[in-house]
Amino acid sequence: MSNSRSDGSSGRTDPLRPSDHADAAAPAADGITQPALGVVGWLRWAWRQLTSMRTALVLLLMLAVAAIPGSIVPQRSADPNGVSQFRVDNPDLFPILDGMQLFDVYTSAWFSAIYILLFISLIGCVIPRTKHHWQALRARPPRTPVRLARLDDHAEVVVPVAAGDDAVVAAGRAVDLAQAQLKRAGYRVERYDRGDVASVSAERGYLRETGNLVFHGALVGVLIAVGIGGGLTYTGQTVITEGSSFVNSPGLGYTSFNPGRFVDTGALPPYTVTLDSFDVTYTPLGEQGQGQAGDFAAHVTVQEPGEQPEEGSIRVNHPLGVAGERLYLMGNGYAPSITVRNPDGEVVYREDVEFLPQDANMTSLGVVKVPDGLAQQVGLVGFFYPSAANLATGAISSAFGDLLNPLLTLDVYVGDLGIDDGTPRNVYALDTGDMTQLTGRAIDVDSIELAPGQTSDLPDGLGTITFEDATQQGAPEAVKRYVSLSVHRDVGAPWVLGFAVLALAGLLAALFVPRRRMWVKATPTGGALHIEYAGLARGEDPAIATAVAQLAREHGEALAGAGAGAGAGAGAGAGAGAGADREGRPGDPASETPPKVD
Amino acid sequence: MPDTGLSLDDISKLLVWTAVAIYTLAFMAYAIDLARRSDQAAKMKDVATARTLVGVASGGRSQTIDEVRAEEADAQTQLEAGLGSRRRYLWARIGTSLTVLGFLFHVGGDVLRGIAAERVPWSNMYEFALTGTMLIVAVYLVVLFRYDLRFLGSFVTGLTIVLLGGAILAYYVEVVPLADPLKSVWLVIHVFVASLATAFLALAFALSVLQLMQSRRERLAIAALDADEGDKPRRQGPRFLRTLPSADALESLAYRFTIIGFIFWTFTLIAGSIWANDAWGRYWGFDTKEVWTFVVWVLYAGYIHARATRGWRGTRSAWLSIVGFSAVMFNFTIVNQFFKGLHVYSGLN
Ligand code: HEM
Repeated sequence: MSNSRSDGSSGRTDPLRPSDHADAAAPAADGITQPALGVVGWLRWAWRQLTSMRTALVLLLMLAVAAIPGSIVPQRSADPNGVSQFRVDNPDLFPILDGMQLFDVYTSAWFSAIYILLFISLIGCVIPRTKHHWQALRARPPRTPVRLARLDDHAEVVVPVAAGDDAVVAAGRAVDLAQAQLKRAGYRVERYDRGDVASVSAERGYLRETGNLVFHGALVGVLIAVGIGGGLTYTGQTVITEGSSFVNSPGLGYTSFNPGRFVDTGALPPYTVTLDSFDVTYTPLGEQGQGQAGDFAAHVTVQEPGEQPEEGSIRVNHPLGVAGERLYLMGNGYAPSITVRNPDGEVVYREDVEFLPQDANMTSLGVVKVPDGLAQQVGLVGFFYPSAANLATGAISSAFGDLLNPLLTLDVYVGDLGIDDGTPRNVYALDTGDMTQLTGRAIDVDSIELAPGQTSDLPDGLGTITFEDATQQGAPEAVKRYVSLSVHRDVGAPWVLGFAVLALAGLLAALFVPRRRMWVKATPTGGALHIEYAGLARGEDPAIATAVAQLAREHGEALAGAGAGAGAGAGAGAGAGAGADREGRPGDPASETPPKVD
Repeated sequence: MPDTGLSLDDISKLLVWTAVAIYTLAFMAYAIDLARRSDQAAKMKDVATARTLVGVASGGRSQTIDEVRAEEADAQTQLEAGLGSRRRYLWARIGTSLTVLGFLFHVGGDVLRGIAAERVPWSNMYEFALTGTMLIVAVYLVVLFRYDLRFLGSFVTGLTIVLLGGAILAYYVEVVPLADPLKSVWLVIHVFVASLATAFLALAFALSVLQLMQSRRERLAIAALDADEGDKPRRQGPRFLRTLPSADALESLAYRFTIIGFIFWTFTLIAGSIWANDAWGRYWGFDTKEVWTFVVWVLYAGYIHARATRGWRGTRSAWLSIVGFSAVMFNFTIVNQFFKGLHVYSGLN
């Protein structure tokens, strides 16, 4: 179970790592008493602190902790309604939390400070290491240590030299074999023969450090791609009712549009999208999961200028790509067609009104505002029930999401709609502050109830209201459906993905490629060769002991096969057990079964 | 389904309950094993080797560090011993056999649930727990071929019993058609790999806990060196620690499981972003579940760094591993149920 701590035996410090890397030599005791530092000295000291492993670690932990509040407090970016609700529920707490930027955690000053520092540290860490690694890649494996037996993972054998053979030549041949063997195993090898002693030094696993650098570098790539990509990204929301169209222009088609900083909103690709029909299936009553809606599909026709109209469909998980943008299906609902006439029978209002779903069975809430054409301004608030059913309490609710028994109920208000002064108003809400209610439970007057095709009088002789049967206008169903779409363009996303995949690849190499050095040394001793094998793990390497044992075994076999000076002698090494280091590795084959040479 | 009385899902549930019952027996066997194994190990060693560890078997007395080290070296051999040459702990064998049997029922229950639902059985919390615990047991059983980790048996079966039993009681939902956002290949990949990551991280967590216990024992043994006979610390933790490898070795093993889990977790993060980009039109939005997946990832990155930072190896990094896994469990249980977000797949109301 070698780990890098046991590398200490080589007395090596690794220049590729920050000074407080576990492998690095402990700082000299006198390093702690700081000499008087000049400004440059202080800066250098600060930089070293920032790029130390400990700082990186602490910043990482801080990042983890700092991310948590954003999952507890609603965020403006992910859940704006939650933030509004929070403000209503906690009017006193809200300004305090808001002052701490807790509703915008991930763009807050403190969260940004942490990750920016972390990435500065990362860059400061990676650049010098890249330089060192670049040099290391072209360097030769290091000299064979004089005393291999001092290494943790070590084995040795004594092989007799055949009569008449020269021991020095035999030593050279034995190391030749080892060298070829190591080379085949992917090691970079270098011969260090000194006098009669032949040895080969081998190193492999540069990919480990490469992977580490690629991984850290790719994280920077991800951050940059997210940053720049965000500035070039825009998203917009729109709503289309069956039979109508959407024009891709911030001024025309969108209910809301959020461009990134560098987006030219005038340069959106001009195209129109018409919603031909919207499909949805409901799990029938009586089946498991009854009433559940699924298989949503918006069938659309896309018209790009100067091209043939093209049909397509937008489904959940399957956005439609148009001119570099992607169209997502975000929601759907019913849009009853409502006509209001004045007492003379003239149409003063005719619209497909989008009702917002309130529950799983599509009980939906909607608002009609009739500012002109009647004796007074009229506002209607009401519910649409695709499958109306009476509850025991007498209230109505929808029992199913599909159009089994469509019903519209409306309460009438008259007065000031509050839209004349030009203040923008939410089209989905009616401010009844300056209005008088004419129907509804609150004043004990029956609400207007309409099925498709039905007409009812408005109270006080204001006129009439009709819930049109949409099939009359050629729609597939009595009530039209609408979809809400989200239109996105994110040029950064593919880059982010690319860097993320690169990071993953780097991580695989960094974590699983073993980096190790191996040495084989043959020393002629009288009529025999004393052959030593040793390995040194650099970084985490659980398999080093096995690797040394395998090297020794295969080399033994190769020697025997070549008859390389080794007679039939199986003078299997007395000292092989020395491979059992202080951690004791009795189970280790290197120490239990000395390499056989016969 | 024609009226056979039992639906496939009912049979699945029955199998899962049976598995829980068998795991409970396995848990007991493993617990007995831990209670007995230190004596047994000492006896066998006395018989098997001439090397005598004086006084090891006598209860109560604290051990010297040399004795601790000798035991640990022996335990290390045991840990890496091949299947055939392992110490014959009777109760551990019973535990493992029962775990395998429970696992077969578990797999049966999981597969039947998938067949009943006509899709992969990891689409709501109940199924996720079902498959996730199955993977924990599977990874444990597979790893047994390589390392003798039977001392983790009571942890693995215990965790499985709690999660699986809890899931049936608290999270069970009937088979319903998949909601649209879940109809994606990424459900198959992303969630499965997340469970696999969890399995490896669970084993690492258990090893880190043992590492802390073992390093406390080593500390006390070293402290005992300097102490007078009278005030030597008596207790050095549970006695089964004597059959476990050194804190160092446990840490090294925990690290190996963690990096595998970390790779899978990284993949989960990336796959999740790809899916989010298809489903919601953005690859990342700091949705609550995304936040916690990120937090877990950063915590484990911290752990890996800690292992490479002087002064943070050993006990501190072990605590990070424990915190990391706690965050994984928190992410699965609390975040899924109580935090508001887009990931509403628990299937619960
Ligand atoms: C965004 C922040 C960071 C993340 C997510 C991160 C993540 C990781 C991960 C997962 C590893 C293990 C894989 C490998 O060995 O390549 C690692 C290793 C490493 N990181 Fe980072 N890192 C970050 C920042 C830093 C910084 C700022 C430094 C420099 C101070 C640094 C220095 C290192 C070193 C030296 C290793 C090798 C550790 C070893 O020898 O095992 N990292 N990092």
